[in-house]
Amino acid sequence: MSSFDFEEIHRSLGYLFFDGMRFTLTLTFLAALGGVVLGTILAIIRQSGSRLLSSIAAGYVNLVRALPLVLVIFWFYFLVPYLGQWLTGATRPVHVGGFASALITFIAFEAAYFSEIVRAGIASIPRGQEAAAMALGLRSSQAMRYVILPQVFRIMLPVLLTQTIVLFQDTSLVYVLSITDFLGAAAQIAERDGRLVEMYSFVAVVYFVFSFTASQGVRRLRAHIAVPH
Amino acid sequence: MTAPVIQIDHVIKSYTAGVPVLHDVSLTIARGEVVVVCGPSGSGKSTLIKCVNALEPIQHGRIVVDGQDLASKGVDLPRLRARVGMVFQHFELFPHMRVLDNLCLAQCKVLGRPRADAEARSEALLERVGMTAFAAKYPGALSGGQQQRVAIARALAMDPVVMLFDEATSALDPEMVSEVLDVMVELARSGMTMMVVTHEMGFARKVAHRVVFMDQGEIAEDSPREIFFEAPRTERAREFLSKILTY
Repeated sequence: MSSFDFEEIHRSLGYLFFDGMRFTLTLTFLAALGGVVLGTILAIIRQSGSRLLSSIAAGYVNLVRALPLVLVIFWFYFLVPYLGQWLTGATRPVHVGGFASALITFIAFEAAYFSEIVRAGIASIPRGQEAAAMALGLRSSQAMRYVILPQVFRIMLPVLLTQTIVLFQDTSLVYVLSITDFLGAAAQIAERDGRLVEMYSFVAVVYFVFSFTASQGVRRLRAHIAVPH
Repeated sequence: MTAPVIQIDHVIKSYTAGVPVLHDVSLTIARGEVVVVCGPSGSGKSTLIKCVNALEPIQHGRIVVDGQDLASKGVDLPRLRARVGMVFQHFELFPHMRVLDNLCLAQCKVLGRPRADAEARSEALLERVGMTAFAAKYPGALSGGQQQRVAIARALAMDPVVMLFDEATSALDPEMVSEVLDVMVELARSGMTMMVVTHEMGFARKVAHRVVFMDQGEIAEDSPREIFFEAPRTERAREFLSKILTY
């Protein structure tokens, strides 16, 4: 193998970023969004009055957190077509694309982590805030929506974003589905051209730059948004 | 005589199976009356006031507020709470909202008041408590006394039939107590029905019609102001007064 070939990287930039990174960022963004929404619902269910619903949600969170992500991605990809068949009553397994399957998996997985963050956030709001909201005549759902959750998201935003940075890295696990994410795109070129060192080094640098820049941003944000009580 | 605004009949409450924190408590507050509830800490006075708007459930007895039994079937607790103003020891303004929005939130979401009307009402009340200049500020930028004045205005914005004060000045620095008491005195003199849990005997002397003394989960004494301060009927009240009025 010849010396480090920068030209190889330069030639591949278009494919790496427009195909690979775009997929990675799209998946990260949508999975984070879906994860936060589903996670918030789980968190609210867990601290609701219903013991049954609460323990179902708790069971789900504990189950997901006890499984390796890569296993779930793989398993889900093969299971979803049959699940779809069963749900729709179709005669054949329903074809689900790699993107949809990966997205659903990440949302389901991240929701468990986000729900723990939101739950901790809800617990950190003084009980008197809810009492004050109730005393003004707000219903529980209104108190949650207008008083508790806005404070939770403000306090927890840095943690939620940090978790999203982890998610950004974790999306590379979709390579088990042979999907062209950023890592997948690089791996294809590396295999094709026999330039493994260049490609994997470049991928590492890019992941580092993206993640490090983002966490520095989060750090600044953290100092910025401390809510005075 | 008109129907009482608050009627508490033989209320028993305990947090867990064990010693009740309220033990057969009965108390009536008529329209326009200012009733101060005092007593040593742990006597159940804060618990009692929280039961009045059902923030705390009771096990036995009956509480009727503005003609509505809190325990009756089909009672709309949020609706009822909207008519009972409450001021907390730790203010409990919503820190993520500006002062004006703190006042408008429940007016809009609970009473269904149009935003413009809610703002007009809020501004009038902020003026009444001397906080007009702070309408666009966040609670975190206000002193404790200022926050509590805003909290009083927030409760008044719902046009309550009665105001409950749960140790409204206990968490304040001494130099801020009087600005809050001034607002409460003005409110009392305007004819508002008030139930006030406090240690501020100066406030009680000034505007209370009656003073209720609680001890160990019971109402030990319920007397008109003059009698309570001049010649308390019970030994326990006498002891309590001598302790807190020594200095």
